[in-house]
Amino acid sequence: MYSENLVWPKDLIDLRGLSAFHLTAILDAAENFREVSEREIKKVPTLRGKLVVFFFHENSTRTRLSFEVAAKRLSADTLSLSSSGSSMAKGETLLDTAKNIEAMSPDALVIRHSASGAAQFLGDRLSCPVLNAGDGAHAHPTQALLDLLTIRRHKGRIQGLKVAIIGDIAHSRVARSNMIGLSALGAQVRVAGPPSMMVGGLDDEYGVKVFSRPEPALEGADVIIMLRIQLERQSGQLFPGAREYARVYGLNPRRLSLAHPEAIVLHPGPVNQGVEMSPQVYQCPQSVILDQVSNGVAVRMALLYLLVDNPERHKA
Amino acid sequence: MNSCFIKNGRVIDPARGLDGPADILVEGGRISAVEPQLPAPDNLPAVDASGLWVMPGLIDMHVHLREPGQEYKEDLRSGLLAAVAGGFTAVLAMPNTAPPLDTAPVISGLMSKAREIPGARLQVAAAMTRSRKGQELNEYQDLRSAGASAVTDDGSWVTDSKVMRRILDYAQVCGLLPLSHSQDPLLAQGGAIFEGRVSARLGLPGIPAQAEEIAVYRDLALAELTGKPLHICHLSTRQATGLVRSFLARGLSVSAETAPHYLFLTHEDVGDYNPNAKMNPPLGTAEDRASLREALSDGTITVIASDHAPHSVLEKEVEFIDSAFGITGLETSLPLMLELAREIGLSPSNLAELMSRNPARLLGLPGGTLAPGGPADVTIIDPELEFTYNSLDGFSKSRNTPFEGRKFKGRAVLTMVGGEIRYRWPNSSIL
Repeated sequence: MYSENLVWPKDLIDLRGLSAFHLTAILDAAENFREVSEREIKKVPTLRGKLVVFFFHENSTRTRLSFEVAAKRLSADTLSLSSSGSSMAKGETLLDTAKNIEAMSPDALVIRHSASGAAQFLGDRLSCPVLNAGDGAHAHPTQALLDLLTIRRHKGRIQGLKVAIIGDIAHSRVARSNMIGLSALGAQVRVAGPPSMMVGGLDDEYGVKVFSRPEPALEGADVIIMLRIQLERQSGQLFPGAREYARVYGLNPRRLSLAHPEAIVLHPGPVNQGVEMSPQVYQCPQSVILDQVSNGVAVRMALLYLLVDNPERHKA
Repeated sequence: MNSCFIKNGRVIDPARGLDGPADILVEGGRISAVEPQLPAPDNLPAVDASGLWVMPGLIDMHVHLREPGQEYKEDLRSGLLAAVAGGFTAVLAMPNTAPPLDTAPVISGLMSKAREIPGARLQVAAAMTRSRKGQELNEYQDLRSAGASAVTDDGSWVTDSKVMRRILDYAQVCGLLPLSHSQDPLLAQGGAIFEGRVSARLGLPGIPAQAEEIAVYRDLALAELTGKPLHICHLSTRQATGLVRSFLARGLSVSAETAPHYLFLTHEDVGDYNPNAKMNPPLGTAEDRASLREALSDGTITVIASDHAPHSVLEKEVEFIDSAFGITGLETSLPLMLELAREIGLSPSNLAELMSRNPARLLGLPGGTLAPGGPADVTIIDPELEFTYNSLDGFSKSRNTPFEGRKFKGRAVLTMVGGEIRYRWPNSSIL
C-alpha cells in the first residue's frame, strides 16, 4: 500500500543510500502504523508466522523494548539473544553466532552491537534482512527516522529547517544517522560540541556546519537535538567533568532562548538531567522527548513491514 | 647443477648501468658472464628470455613470515615459496614472532631451516630491544653472527629517545641496519583507520597523519645527532615524506621505504568496513598517495617493500575494530609496481633499484646486481603477461588481500636463486 514502486535494500544498515523518497515513504508508513498503537486491540496480523530475532550485544533498554513492541504489534514471533546470555561470552565469534542464528531461518535479524560496522558485517553475510539497532559510533538509523518523524509531526516538514545537534558528536551514532537523514530531506544541520568530541571531516563528509560552542548552532534553530554525554567516557579526559560540561554545553533556559521561540527539543535518551540538559528544559513544553518514544514504535513497525513482509521488493 | 644459459633477454642491472640485450652465463650458482651475444654453451640448459626483462633477484626487505609461533597464518615454507612466486629471491623477515627473533639461537635455527626450503633466501631483522619492549638493547654482535642483517622493533616504535639514540650509535658497529616503525603509539592508540572523512563516516577511531610525522621527525633528528644510518619503514603520509626529503637534503644517511598498497589505495578503499583495507600505518588520502608517488620519482623513497602481513580469517573476519592490521603482499608487489611504472613513468632500471639494488646495498647483502662473481639470483619478468590475481593460486597460507580478482599486466615468470630455478609461471613457454 505504500510507494509500491520503490525498491528496498535487503538491510537497513544506515540511512546512506536511501533516497529522500525512501525516507519519506518510511515516515508515511510510520504515520499509518501510529494508528495501530491507538486501537483498543493493538495488533495487526501483518507478520504472523514470521520470526524476528533480536541480537543485542550491547545494553539497550529503549531501542530493544521499542523493537519488541513493534514486532509484537505486527504479530511476529520474537526471540532475543543478549551477549550475557549467549555464547559470545564463551568466545564464539560474531560470525559463528550469526551463522547459528541463520540456521534457524529467521525472517529478520535486529542487531545492536558496540563495534562500528557489526551490522554491515552481518548484513553482508546473512541472507535475511538485517536491521541495525545501533552499531558502535557508526549508525542508528531507526533512531534518526523516529527523530525525523517527530520533527515532521511537530513542524509539518523537514525541508529548510535549522537543526542543531549538540554534544559528543565523535562517539555518536545518533548524530551520524541524523546528519545523513536530515540533510537528505533538506534541513540545514549545525553541530556543536567540544573539539575533543568532534571529528575532522564532518563538514566535507556530511555537509554540516561545525561549531565548538553551542550558541552559534542554537541561534534561530527550529529543532535542537541534544546528545547524551557518556559520563563513563570521562576517564579518557575528553572533557574536564560533568559540571564543566553543563556550564559550557548544557541546554538551559538561557541557551534555549537563543533558538526560534517555537523550537522543539529532542534527546535520544536516557537524559543526564543537569548535565546536557537542565531539568527545566527537560520538562518544558518544547521538549518532545516522550513523543520520540511513541514514534519509535511506529517507525520500527514500518521498517519491519517494508523489509520483512516484502521479499519481492528488496532485490537491491 | 646450478648452471644454465639465459639468452636473448633484456638485461637490466642498474649497478653496472646496463639496460639492453645480453646473455647471461650461470655456472655453479654464480653469474660468470653477462655479454651481448655470448656463444651458447652446448652442455647447459638454456632459458629463452626473448621479450622478457632479466633483473637482479628482487629483495623484499619487509615481510612477516609468522614463524615461530603463528604458523597457521604463514610459515617459513609457505612464505619463502610465496616470495619466489612473486619474483623475490630474498626477503627480510620481521622479528615480531612468538617468541620474537631476539636471540642468536632462534635466528640461526630459523636460518638453517630456511636453507632446506626451495624458495627465496631468508634474511632476518632481529629485534632491536629485548622482547621488543623498547628498553634494553639486544646483543647485536651475537645477532649479527647468527645471520641477522638488520634490527627493528617493527610493529612498535622505540618511544624512549635515549634508547633509540643508543641503538643508532651501536647498530652500525655491528653492521646492522636499524629499521624504524615510526609512529607515535599514544597518539595512534585505539585507532583503526586513517583519521579523516572515512573514519568520520564509519564511526571508527582514527589514526592522525601526525602520529607518523612526529615519530619520523624524532627518528630523523636522532639520525642527525648520531650521524648514523637509519631506515624508515612503510612511509605512508605526505607530511612524513616531506620530512625525509628535507633531512636527505641535509646529507643524512637515512633511507625510506613504502609499500605498494600506499601507492594504489586510499582510506576510501575501506568502503563499508573492508578488513583487507585495514593496515598500520593506515591507508591515507589521495594526497598522501600522490606525494608518495612523487617521492618515488624524486628519489626520496628508495625502497619498495611489501609489508607482507598474513592473517587468517580468525583475525580478519571479525568486528572491524578487532580485525588485525595488515595484508599479504609478496605475490602482488611486483605486478602492482609494474602497473605503477607504466602510470608514472618509472624505467625498468628504476624498478630494479627500488626492489633489488637498494635493499641489497642498505642491508649489505650479496646480490642486487648481475655482476659476474655474484650469486645467480635472477628474476625474469614478462612485462606484457596479463593475468587475474587469485590468492587461491598462490603459496601464502593467508588470503587477506585487497587485490583479489585484480587484473594485472606483468609479473615474474621465472625466479632463480643461486642458479636454481625455484619458480616458473606455469603457463610460461620460457624453458
